[in-house]
This record gives sequence, structure tokens and C-alpha cells, in this order.
Amino acid sequence: MLESGRTYVTDRRDFLRTTGVAAAAVAGGSVLRPTPQPALAAPPQGPAMDAATRDLLMVALNAARGAGAGYADARIARRKQNFVFTREQQIQNVVDTETMGCGVRVLVDGTWGFAATRRLTRDAVTGVAREAVAIARANRVARDRAVEWLPGPAASGSWRSPYRTDPFTVSVEDKAGLLLRANAEAMRATNVRFVNSALFFVKEEKNYANTDGSVIAQTIIRSWPTLAATAVAPDRSDFQVRTNAMQPMQRGWEYVLEQDMATRAVQWGEEAAQKLTARPVDVGRYDLVLDPNNLWLTIHESIGHPTELDRAMGYEANYAGTSFIAPPERHLGLLRYGPEFMNIQGDRSQEGGLSNCGWDDDGVQPDDFLIVRAGMFNDYQTTREQAPWLRWWYDRQQRPTRSHGCAYADSWASVQFQRMPNVSLLPGERDVTWDELIGGTERGIAIVGDGSFSIDQQRYNAQFGGQLFYEIRGGRITGMLKDVAYQIRTPDFWNSLDQIGGRSAYRMGGSFFDGKGQPGQINAVSHGAPPARFRGVNVINTGRRS
Amino acid sequence: MSRRQQPARAVLSRPELQNVVDRVLSMSRADGCQINVTSNVTGNTRFAANQLSTSGGVEDAGLAVQSSFGPKHAVVTSNDLSDESIRRVVQQSEALARLAPDDPEAMPELPRQQYATVNAFFDRTAGLSPGDRAQVALAALEVTRQAGDLTAAGFIVAGQGSNCVANKSGLFAYHRNTFANYTLTVRTADGTGSGWAASDHPDWNQLDARGVAQRAADKARASRSPVAIEPGRYTVIFEPQAVGDLVQTMAFGLDARSADEGRSAFASPTGGTRIGERIVDPRVTIASDPTDPQLLAQPYDGQGLPLTRQVWIENGVLRQLVYSRFWARRQNRQPTGFPTGVKFSGGDQTVDQLVGGTERGVLVTRLWYLRQVDPRTLLFTGLTRDGTFLVENGRVARSVRNFRFNDSSLFLLNNLEALGQAQRLAGTEAGGNIVMPSVKARDFSFTSLSEAV
Repeated sequence: MLESGRTYVTDRRDFLRTTGVAAAAVAGGSVLRPTPQPALAAPPQGPAMDAATRDLLMVALNAARGAGAGYADARIARRKQNFVFTREQQIQNVVDTETMGCGVRVLVDGTWGFAATRRLTRDAVTGVAREAVAIARANRVARDRAVEWLPGPAASGSWRSPYRTDPFTVSVEDKAGLLLRANAEAMRATNVRFVNSALFFVKEEKNYANTDGSVIAQTIIRSWPTLAATAVAPDRSDFQVRTNAMQPMQRGWEYVLEQDMATRAVQWGEEAAQKLTARPVDVGRYDLVLDPNNLWLTIHESIGHPTELDRAMGYEANYAGTSFIAPPERHLGLLRYGPEFMNIQGDRSQEGGLSNCGWDDDGVQPDDFLIVRAGMFNDYQTTREQAPWLRWWYDRQQRPTRSHGCAYADSWASVQFQRMPNVSLLPGERDVTWDELIGGTERGIAIVGDGSFSIDQQRYNAQFGGQLFYEIRGGRITGMLKDVAYQIRTPDFWNSLDQIGGRSAYRMGGSFFDGKGQPGQINAVSHGAPPARFRGVNVINTGRRS
Repeated sequence: MSRRQQPARAVLSRPELQNVVDRVLSMSRADGCQINVTSNVTGNTRFAANQLSTSGGVEDAGLAVQSSFGPKHAVVTSNDLSDESIRRVVQQSEALARLAPDDPEAMPELPRQQYATVNAFFDRTAGLSPGDRAQVALAALEVTRQAGDLTAAGFIVAGQGSNCVANKSGLFAYHRNTFANYTLTVRTADGTGSGWAASDHPDWNQLDARGVAQRAADKARASRSPVAIEPGRYTVIFEPQAVGDLVQTMAFGLDARSADEGRSAFASPTGGTRIGERIVDPRVTIASDPTDPQLLAQPYDGQGLPLTRQVWIENGVLRQLVYSRFWARRQNRQPTGFPTGVKFSGGDQTVDQLVGGTERGVLVTRLWYLRQVDPRTLLFTGLTRDGTFLVENGRVARSVRNFRFNDSSLFLLNNLEALGQAQRLAGTEAGGNIVMPSVKARDFSFTSLSEAV
């Protein structure tokens, strides 16, 4: 039992060394930067928009204006996905998907309309532009107040997410071979009976134009390797899974290779097997030392979502919910989220961050902004429609009223709305390590990887699991635990934060599948964090009921 | 009213779907070729903060081609149905399949099948306009705007879909349907009350817009100013939506292969599955039947396997798990297909009657953010939401704060006290064609309080 803890720490250092992600991840970190800065001074150039696509976008905008739209934007987007699924030594499936179409959003007399079609002809895009206007007109009957639409400057250009190798150019044999080798390594551990692994790639080619005169082309690639090793007790009394050890990134095939899956899979298999004999946790209050690949999800749920301005204003009340940080005038600059050294940044600029872009789907260049500054709640995530709602706050702070660039639609067929940028806990000034955090902990649990997660519709009460749980006694890891989940009340939890790691321990986690809106849309988002320690957190045992 | 302005677009007809299939087959050079074609036209209207927010109309289609050469196969999809695109899809799926490693579990093509006919297409729904949807929104907004102390947020989505599944061996399955779904949350202006109500049916005429508005408003008022009561084990009365939210999580354990492999709640400790064992209260029967008038579900699954009446749990006994074609052959059973609708048969009592027979308990409107905590017991966590009440001496006594629970659908159905009437659900956690009763059960485990309203 003692050995498992040591083995883990050693492996983690190896991981840092081999991947080199730690040093690169904070490129856009900007600790305590007092004023927002442009996301990227010189966005990487992507392929320019082709003339035919540009022509269709202009046809759509002209049709919208001709039908009476005061503002319109049009998007022609192609989304490609590639999946390879395996189990043990078998290929389960190889899937390539592609969807393309045109969506037109219009503002008519202060009311929104949207329509979309897969048919990319001049007649079809004219038709959806007119349909969007007709929908807006039909909705006018139920309008209460007109949308205030923040003027935006015309933006033109192209942007491409950084990657060395486009995963869509890599052969299926190479992809399958990589997974099957990793599966075989994971299966070497005793009692590991099953392995599922997969590769998941997304390529978005987005073309955007609006009646401000903006014309923008962007290409975005995201990659996500996964592997889950399942150990089954010989007497079938228990089974345990080790998964979620690799994070998705806005990077290319080179990122998958950097994961060195075959080497690390040996460890993942052993960890699954170790979980079978881990000691069930005793319920109680513990100091928790959370690894970045556990903490990212806690940040997502308890800081990312409640600081979405549309939620705070009730726009998601019927589905994802509202926010405990409402109304804004009683919380901006007044709510203590956590300790002085806690700074939470929203951005679309950190290297590899899943939500990175050159311009958002309102045609706005995103900025880096501090959501929590020195522990105090400082700002919400916004779009062009929402930023004017906070004009009083920005005026008081002598900041311009501008959108933070958080408009995103997950497809040509979806209307854009406020979506989360990368929301990250910035590292501390001193370069505190994982080992140092554990060394300073008398009685606690170190948690690695994300597991089960659930939070209420106002983001107060949450429960999180993990992948691996290590008991800490007297500043040392003394063994592995299982059936651990921690329950938090958001403000209490963040105010129990008493120490955070430094830059060299900072890493990003994330997901392709942040859900919100009706009809439901997904969003890919990353959250960076150093390891961090929280005092006296409530831990429950989720094991079999006696 | 606005039907003139905005003629409804139509989905692909059966001959049009067949035409896509014919074009694929004419280009296919593979040993096997499974084809799925889908088409849908959807309109939605959203409102929040007592105001229309976004709404839209979308037309889309999809083609998926799985080509196979012996044990090698690959799938390519596109939403472009032009000849040029279809050729690319076919050729790419063949190229990928040739390169793919062997799948030793690959199954031969399904031969031609017979399917039940389900009429789930209603002209009234297919002909809806944005104006029709705006009127439904307005019916709720008028209630809340006039009340002065209420705020409405809702979503109306309706449309039509058609699809087919075909292959080289003559299989052809076709179905079309309409759908209409309305969910509404009404909150009190003081932020202390929230009520939810909803309605769902393929036929727009069955959507009870005014009833939904009234129920959500009533529940919002009744739920104002909740008091905190201690977490712990409570007798609960779950409305049908709450039952559905938890019982649908059973689907995570229904895969027969996982049970045989010893990694499921339905794995027998002595090997194999728990089929034939009593797993819940004998009053529980859960089945799938696409032709049930409350379900009206698609009578085949994504591979074209026919779906007929399938009983999963009968009088508390586990009767069936989901068998893929491969696992069924391996275990010498019939493949079940993957169900497109689920019905948990109910009793006669109304929710009010369940409350009336309860000395002390908690009445729950619905559950939220359910996530699996332990697959060994199907233990899930989640929270109550939008109307949670303390029941005392047969009456709803007061609004109480929401709870987090850690419990399992299997425990709930083992601790069953009474079954209420079953109804079609419209909730957001999983969706689909789902019919669930209200239930009363003892010893449900609420583990902490939430201040969320």
C-alpha cells in the first residue's frame, strides 16, 4: 500500500518531464494583469475564406437586410470528426463524420430570429435569411423589451489553432496500432480484464460574416485520447476502473504522441488493480490536496458556470439553471470568493486551451479577464448582447464596456449564445510543488483525476469523486483509499483554500462536452490549475450500502 | 396566423430516402454496406426573464454508410446528399474499412426483417409555424407578467423526422414521426420559489400549454420560502418525472455483456447475469413496446433490428438485458435491439392520493444533475429541484430546501410502498419516449442540503 503512493509520485514527475506541458501551459497566464489585453497580439494566420463561401455569406446578409433585419450575421461551417474505438485487442469501430451548412441570425426590431439549412445554394441561404426574419417577426408579439446590441468594429482575417500534424491526415492503421499497443500494456497488470480506448478528433472550419462588415475564417483542431482499464476481483465481488488520465487539448496529432500511451498504460493498469484492494474511506472532514486533473472539473462547475452572466440573469432558468452570484449589483466587487491569493482568469488564449479562437461567434476578439481578483468576484463572462447589462460596473471601474468574446455556437445549425472560455485558477507566486503541499498536510486525502460530478442549478452544493485517492498522514502518502467523494458548498470550499502550487505544477484539464442551452449545445473548454489544498472538506463513502 | 409567412419545410419522404439508399448501393463495392439516412425539420422558441430570447428553424439530414470487407469495417457520415458527396462517403468508408484492423466480433449483414407499423406522425405538428409556438410562450408570459411576482423561462420545440436503415442484403426499415415538447420554469420574483411543469407528445394538439403554465406558476408560489430540514433517510413521494430521472439510470446497467463480464450491477456473483432473479419489489414491471399508444416509438433500432414488446423487469424479476447481435450469438440468446421507448407500468393512485396516505415524507417534483457514483450498485448522486415539499399527516405541509441524494434506482424500487398513475414524461435529463408512474418509497437517502432554488 505504501508503495503505491511512492510509485504514483515518481510516475507523475516522469510525466511532467516527458510531456513538457507544465512550462508551456501558462503562456497566457498574466497573473494580476490589471487591464484586459488582446488575446493574441498577432493571431496565427489560417487559410483565407474562399470566394464562393464569402459570396454565399453576402447573399445571406443581403437577404436578411432586404427582409428588414437591423443586424445580421451568417455562418457557414464544416465540422469533421474522427473516432477510433477499441477494446482489448479489437477494433470496435472507425468513424468519420462531416456536417456542413449555413445558419443566419437576425435582429429585427429588437427581437432575435435564427434559421439554418444544410443546403448551400444561393436560393437556400436566401430562404433561411428570410425565414430567420419571419421567425423574429412572429416573436415580436411576445416581446417585452428590445435587445440592446453593442456596436462592434468590423473585423477581417483568418485564424488557425496551432498544430503540427492534422490528425485527419494520419492513417487509421497508425491510430489503431497506437491504441492496441496501449491496451496490451494496460492488460499486463493482475486482474485487469478489460480495456477500452479511443481517439477522438474534431476539426471545425468556420466562416463568419456580419452586417458590421466583419469577414472571418477560422480553423480549429481538437484531440482527445482516452483509455479505461477495468480490473475485476477474481471472486467477482468488486470491479474498479482507472480512466481520465489524459486531457483533451486544442492541439494536433503531436499531442497524442506526447501522451506516450503505451508506457503510461502499464501504470494505469496497475492502478486499476490496486483500487480493488484499496481501503474504503472513513467518512469525515479531511484536508484535500487536489491534483490539477481533478481540480479542473471543480473549477468548471463551481466557478465557470455561476459566473456566466446569462445564468445570473435567469436566461438558463429552465434548463442549466441560474446562479448564486446574482443579481450582479449585489456581488460584483462585493463577494469574497476565496483567499487573497486566489485569481481566476477567463481567456481564449492559453496554449492548448479548448475554447481558444481568434474571434468569437459575435465577431469579437476575446480578451483575458479576471473573474476573481485577489479573492473578490470581479467580472462575468459576456457576449455583445450581455456586456451592456454591466455598463454601470465597467463605468465605475473606468473600463470600457466590451464583450469578453464568449459567444459560441457548436454547429452551423445552432444559434450562438454565451459559452464558457477557459476559466483557470492562476498559479501562486512561489513555485510550490505537489510534494510540498502533501508534506504540509497532517491528515488528508490526495485526489488525482476526475470521477463522478454533480452540482445544483445555482451552483452551491456539489459532489465530486476522482480516479485515485491517497491517504495522507503526517505529511506522507501512506496508502490508497477508495469510495471517496467530497461534498462542498461553493463559497465555503473556495474560502477553505489555504495553499496553491506554482507555475511548474500548473496544468490544464477539460472536456469537449460542456452542455448548456435549449436546444442543447456542447462546448469544448479547458481549465488550468496548479495543485491546491483545501482545509476540512466533507468526505463521504460511496461504497456498497450495508 | 403566420403560417402564410412561413410554410413548414418537410422531411425526406420514403421514396426520397429510398433514392438515397439506391444511389449508395449502386456505388458500393464492399462485401457489406449498412446505410442509415435521417432527415429532420425542427422549430424552437425560447423565452426567459419574461421575454422571448432566441428561436430558430433548422433543416438537416444525414447519411451514414458502414462498409465492410469480411471482418473489417468503417463508418463515414455526411449531411450532404449530392451524388458527389455520396460517392465520397462510400469510397472513404471503403478505403477506411480496408485499412482497419480486423474486428473479430463483426457480424454478417442482417437479412430483410418485418417491422411493426407505428403511426407517430401528426399533420398538426408537421404544419406548425413560429407564430403557433409564440402563442404558447405568450400563454405562459401573460400569466407571469400579469402576476407581477413571477418570472417565466421556457422552451418549446416541435418538428418532424424521417429515417431509414438499409443494407446490401435487402433490409429496409422506415419510420417517420413528429414531436412536440414544452418545458416551463416559473420562479418567484423574490428568488425563493421555483416551479417546473412540462408536456410532451407527437401530436401538438395533445400539448397542454395552459395547464403547464398554471401548474408551474402554482408550484412556484407553493415552493416559496423553503425551510431547511435535516438530511437523512426519508419516505419519498416522487412525481413521475423524478421517478423517470432516477429509473432511467438503470439503462447504464442493462448491457448483458458487461453483466456476463462481471462489471455491472446485474452481474451474478457466481458468474453470468442476474436474469431470473428478483431484483426489485414484485409490483414493478418495466417493458418496451413501440406500439404502446403512450410511447409511439420507432419500431427498430439503429441497426434495423425489429423492436417488439420486450419485458425487462416483470413483477420484480429481471427478465431481460440488452443483447447485441454478437453477444446474443455468443450466449445463445436472441438479440434484443436497443429500446426506443420505456414504460414502467403504474397503479391507480394520483399524486394527491399518495400524499394523502403519507404520515411524514418528502414530495419531489424532479431530480437534477444525476451522475453515477458507483456502477456496482447503480448508485447515483443528484439533487431535487423546482418544488420539494414536506408531507405531514397526509397533507403538503411546507416547502423545504432542496436535497442532494446518493441512492440507487434498485434501492428505490426495492423500498416501494405504493405506485401512482403512469404518464408520458417531458423532462430534460434524458429525453426519449418514456412513461413512468409516481411512486412512494421508504428510506430514500438524502445526504446534504442545497441552498439552490
